[in-house]
Amino acid sequence: MTALDDLRAVCEARAAQPTDRVADVEPRFVAYPTSTDEVSRVLRAASAHELHVVVRGGGTKLHWGAPPTAADLILDTSRLTGVVEHAAGDLIAVIRAGTPLAEVQRVLGEHGQRLPLDEMLPGATLGGVVATGAAGPLRLRHGTARDQVIGLTVVRADGVVAHSGGKVVKNVAGYDLGRLLTGSYGTLGVLTEIAVKLTPVPAARAYVRRPVRSPGEVRDLSVRLKQERLAPTAMEVECPEPDSLRRPARVPGHPDLMVLLLEGPADGVAARAEKAVQVLGGDARADAEPPEWWGSYPFGPEDVALQVVTPVGQLFGPVYSMRDAARGTGMRIFCSPAAGVLHAAIPGDVDPDRAVEIVNAARTVAMSHGGHCTVLAAPPKIRPELDLWGPVEGIGLMRAVKQEFDPAGRLAPGRFVGGI
Amino acid sequence: MEVPARLAAVAERLAASLGPHAVLSDPAELRTYECDGLARYAVSPGLVVLPESTEQVAEVVRACRDADLPFVARGSGTGLSGGALPRSDGVLIVTSRMRRILEVDLDAECAVVEPGVINLAISREVSPAHYHYAPDPSSQQICSIGGNVAENSGGAHCLKYGFTAHHVTGLEIVTPDGDVVWLGAGKCRQSTGYDLLGVFIGSEGTLGIATKVVVRLVQTQQCVETILAAFPDMASAGEAVSAIIAAGITPAAIEMMDALSIEAAEQAVDCRYPDGAGAVLIVELDGPADDVAAELAAVTARCEQSGAFELRRAADEYERGEMWKGRKSAFAAVGRISPDYIVQDGVIPRTALPEVLADIAALSERTGIRVANVFHAGDGNLHPLVLYDESVPGQGDAAEEVSGAILDLCIGHGGSITGEHGVGVDKAKHLPKMFTADDLDTMQLVRCAFDPAQRCNPGKVFPTPRLCGEVPRRGTTPHPAQAAGLAEAF
Ligand SMILES: Cc1cc2nc3c(=O)[nH]c(=O)nc-3n(C[C@H](O)[C@H](O)[C@H](O)COP(=O)(O)OP(=O)(O)OC[C@H]3O[C@@H](n4cnc5c(N)ncnc54)[C@H](O)[C@@H]3O)c2cc1C
Ligand SMILES: Cc1cc2nc3c(=O)[nH]c(=O)nc-3n(C[C@H](O)[C@H](O)[C@H](O)COP(=O)(O)OP(=O)(O)OC[C@H]3O[C@@H](n4cnc5c(N)ncnc54)[C@H](O)[C@@H]3O)c2cc1C
Repeated sequence: MTALDDLRAVCEARAAQPTDRVADVEPRFVAYPTSTDEVSRVLRAASAHELHVVVRGGGTKLHWGAPPTAADLILDTSRLTGVVEHAAGDLIAVIRAGTPLAEVQRVLGEHGQRLPLDEMLPGATLGGVVATGAAGPLRLRHGTARDQVIGLTVVRADGVVAHSGGKVVKNVAGYDLGRLLTGSYGTLGVLTEIAVKLTPVPAARAYVRRPVRSPGEVRDLSVRLKQERLAPTAMEVECPEPDSLRRPARVPGHPDLMVLLLEGPADGVAARAEKAVQVLGGDARADAEPPEWWGSYPFGPEDVALQVVTPVGQLFGPVYSMRDAARGTGMRIFCSPAAGVLHAAIPGDVDPDRAVEIVNAARTVAMSHGGHCTVLAAPPKIRPELDLWGPVEGIGLMRAVKQEFDPAGRLAPGRFVGGI
Repeated sequence: MEVPARLAAVAERLAASLGPHAVLSDPAELRTYECDGLARYAVSPGLVVLPESTEQVAEVVRACRDADLPFVARGSGTGLSGGALPRSDGVLIVTSRMRRILEVDLDAECAVVEPGVINLAISREVSPAHYHYAPDPSSQQICSIGGNVAENSGGAHCLKYGFTAHHVTGLEIVTPDGDVVWLGAGKCRQSTGYDLLGVFIGSEGTLGIATKVVVRLVQTQQCVETILAAFPDMASAGEAVSAIIAAGITPAAIEMMDALSIEAAEQAVDCRYPDGAGAVLIVELDGPADDVAAELAAVTARCEQSGAFELRRAADEYERGEMWKGRKSAFAAVGRISPDYIVQDGVIPRTALPEVLADIAALSERTGIRVANVFHAGDGNLHPLVLYDESVPGQGDAAEEVSGAILDLCIGHGGSITGEHGVGVDKAKHLPKMFTADDLDTMQLVRCAFDPAQRCNPGKVFPTPRLCGEVPRRGTTPHPAQAAGLAEAF
């Protein structure tokens, strides 16, 4: 029997179309399993026919990372949906991996709860967000996906179904595969069910905004805020390319904007917002709504997308040097200074050599602070010129882990660090 | 070569490279390391080595590798699941001479410490700057940070702040092959590649030896309020816990004690909890002052509605300390009311609390074995203390049985056999009740990646080791086509 017949014996499957491309790779088939068992049987069939498999969630950023060296079968999770269990009194939920994050939040919201992860790209699935280890502004208070996952079901490349963790928030029985699988980009297994811990939706919110003129000023203000111990849930800074860099004229620069999110009981939030406005001075004011860029990326699908990580409070170094290297390109940066993470967009029409220069500048400074710089995505014209990850500590052990989980290299080969 | 000869060769090699004072082989000295906090298991180690640096740890591990001997790491030996139980045919690597705080970086809100550093020493070091290290196991005055990493230790304040895994951002380890590798992101909060740091934490010393630990430092909150609420019985206290959580409040801690553990604590530390309490709750709230004030009012109301007959609020640090004294001393205190006891550690969904407590009471009634209950109520982590008298024939076994039955109750409610003390040697036999053979096989793939020769703390956690490089259940695995439902097995 043909591979497609075998896949069809398990679940709905079809021949791939050009729109199913993963980066430049044309897959042959797409399968739509609806349960863990079907995912297992799809992977066993794939293995019998020696197909390379790429998992697709919402497909919002499938072209990110390195393009896989082979992708015969797209395992699409869009039928693997639904909240299996929401135990509101226990603040946990078990959710199928293909469920859109927006749908997850809607169901939880009915009970006044939320999964404290931002939806950075509309349409993202829970599986995709966990597989990429993604996080947005809420990371400051709540951490990243790895901190929310308390248990999961994963299907290995050989079709074996495994669980780790469970449904309780505190649990140290066995190795924590949840943390290993989070951020593994679908290279170790297919996530089918994910148990997460939840938090109550706060009674009140305030966004305090303050225009800032330089990364140095952000740093000084952060130090002052820290002394006040206002317990912000998030703090983000939008840095468009300053006019002063774009045109060496004396036009006053479009200022950067620093925004603080405060959450909690209404009285407490109001008091803290007032205090924050006072401490920040300048033109600071409190708002009920976030600015439009809040919880999104600075880049679009055509841009070179960078992520820079440094120890907390040391982002300003990379920001200065990146801006300098990117002078005139129109680079945008969104920073989470209190978490030590920034995302930057270099317009995709930039000369490839220039992109390399900017990445090198960012990486050199980040590494001198003990941090790193990752190219999340880049247009095909530029991507081959770039080292996406830079040096990765512990790569030998990572290869060994991949070898154990997927010895035939069938899951998204070449997508991950070091060509894993 | 036989094991004793190999041990002797390693002792000689290490005495030369580390200095004679770093190697213990006198039987009397070895015996002082024969068990950890779980004294039911005891084995005299083949050799004890006390390295002082990463390089020395690597040298010890390489010596073990070259001689093909197993090795076990030991911090302070307070573990309660036998994780640091030595091997008579192996080397015990003790980190008690690696106790330097190497760096405190308040700008980056972190510290770099050696693995033998005592948990509380970090908070002591940084408290003048209003920072602390958040995970606070009750053993924090003696347990080591390396042990905390291995066990993913928690504490009363983990309800709000998370466990060791949430507070360690980087680790330098010596791999089972003797290489020195950094895992995680160092002082950063996010790493690249697989989260090997995340899987190393909680691996109970089976994936290598941590030699440097980068810990997050947390700013001490503006305001802390602690209240002690006395209830007529456990059911009403449990109801109060649910009501507090349902109100959308995340306290820093919610701890519960039952009448028997209160009695023990009174005898041991004279904590003067309200007379006649069938249960007490300690609830701690922290954060910005106005938020805490609002939450305090809400918590007080919920406790009263649930039947609390006395509420005390700590007026200052001294009173807060007094309130916590009874809770923190509870494990040791039951020694006052029972000659022997087992400290159990299980987890249930918080909402199952009333039911599980009733079941434990029934179990106790039926067997005549008393059980004192102390627990982290906010996250459903129970610490039943099973009381018995070894000198009464049969009681030890009966207590073991009750203790095991409590774990079955936890599993039956979708919970866990351990919330913070680990599996170690003690609970390896219970692990298959929670996980399938495939689950355990998959976990051990990680073991095979790190330690294919299985020299690093062998025999812990997993009831049956996986042979690395082996195809699991060779010959019984269905053909892929058959498994995909495409062919019959006739
Ligand atoms: C390489 C990369 C890096 C990213 N980095 C960040 C970041 O640092 N911060 C941030 O906020 N957002 C980041 N994102 C984007 C964010 O994660 C997206 O919101 C999310 O990936 C979109 O989910 P999706 O369902 O559309 O996934 P897709 O775009 O369909 O898939 C994303 C990746 O996850 C894998 N995947 C999807 N579902 C599963 C599953 N069930 N089991 C196993 N693997 C699966 C895919 O194979 C693919 O590698 C990143 C995305 C990618 C691809
Ligand atoms: C009275 C009392 C109260 C307790 N309260 C709590 C509590 O509230 N919460 C809690 O979580 N635990 C608690 N514990 C359990 C215990 O204190 C913790 O598990 C602690 O983390 C063990 O640290 P240790 O230094 O004593 O480790 P050890 O007992 O020496 O070792 C524990 C495990 O860690 C491994 N290990 C040690 N050092 C390293 C290293 N450098 N690298 C790799 N592996 C290593 C060992 O091999 C072993 O498997 C309590 C214990 C007692 C006695």
